[in-house]
Amino acid sequence: MRDVAIIGVGLTKFGELWDKSFRQLTAEAGSKAIFDAGIEGKEIDAMYVGSMSSGRFVGQEHVGALVADASGFSHLHIPSTRVEGASASGGLAVREGYLSIASGLNDIVVVGGIEKMNDVGGNAAIETLVTAADQEWEAFFGVTFPGIYAMIATKHMHDYGTTKEQLAQVAVKNHANGALNPYAQYQREIKIEHVLNATTVAYPLGLLDCSPLTDGAASIVLCAADKAKEYSNKPVKIIASGQASDTLSLHGRRDICTLDSTVNAAKKAYKQANLSPKDIDLAEVHDCYTIAEICAIEDLGFIEKGQGGKAIENKITTLDGSLPVNTSGGLKSKGHPIGATGVAQIVEIALQLRKEADKRQVKDAKIGLAQNVGGSGATCCVHIMEAM
Amino acid sequence: MENIGIVSYGANIPRFRIKVEDIASVWGKDGLSISKGLGIKEKSVPSVDQDTATISVEAARSALNRCSINPKEIGAIYIGSESHPYAVKPTGTIVGEAIGATPDLMVADYEFACKAGTAGIQTCTALVKGDFIKYGLAIGADTSQAAPGDALEFSASAGGGAFLIGKDNVIATINHTCSFTTDTPDFWRRAERKYPSHGERFTGAPAFFKHITKCATNIMKIAGSKPEDYDYAIFHQPNGKFPIKVAKILGFSYDQIKQGLLVPYIGNTYSGATMIGLASTLDVAKPGDRIFLTSYGSGAGSDGFDITVTDKIEDLKREKAPTVAQLVEDKEYIDYGTYAKYTDLLYWE
Repeated sequence: MRDVAIIGVGLTKFGELWDKSFRQLTAEAGSKAIFDAGIEGKEIDAMYVGSMSSGRFVGQEHVGALVADASGFSHLHIPSTRVEGASASGGLAVREGYLSIASGLNDIVVVGGIEKMNDVGGNAAIETLVTAADQEWEAFFGVTFPGIYAMIATKHMHDYGTTKEQLAQVAVKNHANGALNPYAQYQREIKIEHVLNATTVAYPLGLLDCSPLTDGAASIVLCAADKAKEYSNKPVKIIASGQASDTLSLHGRRDICTLDSTVNAAKKAYKQANLSPKDIDLAEVHDCYTIAEICAIEDLGFIEKGQGGKAIENKITTLDGSLPVNTSGGLKSKGHPIGATGVAQIVEIALQLRKEADKRQVKDAKIGLAQNVGGSGATCCVHIMEAM
Repeated sequence: MENIGIVSYGANIPRFRIKVEDIASVWGKDGLSISKGLGIKEKSVPSVDQDTATISVEAARSALNRCSINPKEIGAIYIGSESHPYAVKPTGTIVGEAIGATPDLMVADYEFACKAGTAGIQTCTALVKGDFIKYGLAIGADTSQAAPGDALEFSASAGGGAFLIGKDNVIATINHTCSFTTDTPDFWRRAERKYPSHGERFTGAPAFFKHITKCATNIMKIAGSKPEDYDYAIFHQPNGKFPIKVAKILGFSYDQIKQGLLVPYIGNTYSGATMIGLASTLDVAKPGDRIFLTSYGSGAGSDGFDITVTDKIEDLKREKAPTVAQLVEDKEYIDYGTYAKYTDLLYWE
């Protein structure tokens, strides 16, 4: 296996992007990453794009070829493939790009992630998102993702004494970080009382415990590590890529408060990188709901199981804490364009390791981790990166 | 522009009210939080025998009661509404006949979602300016529709305003007017559909806020004015939050808009909304006051007006018709069952 490095990153602004089309967003993020890497189209060996449900959100499938076309590369006939794994689509696309270089097949690969979720109404978006849950055992009975994560939260509160205030503090922290990110959907701080007093969506989760519907795209350029310095003076090496799966439905799990897909993907990643959780300087985790971040920091091994709520309360994961988590603002504040999220997490870690995260820069960041989850944990992808 | 403007005005609001909290409780929703979120406490409800035609007639009669104009001198009636009682058969003829303005007059019904009333003011202003008519009557009125359980049900209400436009005894001069129009499908009702559809959050930034801010900016550019030059400002008010937010974006204060902000007490009267807001402002205006108005109609467009109140307002017999404040206070609460009966939710075939 060859080492793989990130030599370019690109993001669109995340938000309700009424004036930009799906095609424009892919082209914008992709061209920024390609420009950042300083490569030419003819140097690209392959493209991978993560998108969960472009067919239902904007009526457009066949996104692999579309992205190559929208980027102006149709005449180059670059192999371009769409990858789907619900909210982990972006992370999986990164992994496919990584594997194709690590295997020796390709030298330079562009990876993108895209979702445009606001072109349909709220109900249609909810129906689309719940296609990532188990249709026969979950969706059929009317549960949607806030309900599924609310069950995880309720059990976590019951088993470990986690409080609604601790859940709320995840949102407060991520908004504080998002306020420093010019690409974030919500660039404003919120107070704990805003979260606690927000309309209940599914107890104990209120409106501000939930990530929003977001339009946005993200892109990275991957390169064989031994050639990375030819293109970038600040390449970031992907030192591990782990993926795992679990039952599609929540009730089939060994423990609904533990995402075993995360545990297993992380285990593989730590083993590949020859690192342990304590070696990680910062992490982007999949906080689609506030409870998801608490589970994530436990399942990634940063915090003992059940102590995630207290860790949040003790400010361990704030920007100036011992393990900053979701410096970008996370899915909660930066926004969650499903297919783009996994790629955008990698972009944030790369920016941090390149020391280009501006006001949210983590001091002495050397090793970063990104955890991207599909559904309620049926798919998880963990990447670990290191500044070269 | 020569001294053309409002000669008289009137408003009408059905007296039945339903509280937002009562609607919410039927659907198992948190009424207090919805009421706070929308900035609407209660909304007006038309009775079984009230519709856009009757509301228009009442508002027009109030306008006529306040001045000494012979209805026969009205040369045009334009009624803006998205709830004209008939799909084919004008509301304007009913109103024209009822107030004694027929038969020598131009009539057409307008539809441009919530801004068709102000479009009528523009048409009448142009006809007066062109000397085609002596007086024009522009009305904006609605008994707006909302599907049971839809978010619109908390706001869609009924009411209207009527403005006589002319050159003689002008109480408020229309100094400037302009419009900003694009094809933006944020809210619509297809033919033969009982209730409208809407694009949820798409109705905000790219629709309401974009059109109002562009139109308002344009009218201030034309007038060479700034927000602080105005004593009052009226913006379309689909809920209690949007007009306050758009005022803030443009640099207007809450004090400037509060007199024309009726939505917290009567809901969104659609084509009537800015018309009632303007009527409420004229209820208290003094000579020299300057009024800024920007309406908004989905689909989408905004009409902007720069208006100056004249000395003649002191001569208008404002007391001869109820003020908007009196109409707001003259109310009777009904429960959801009565509301359902009055608004034809219980119909069957």
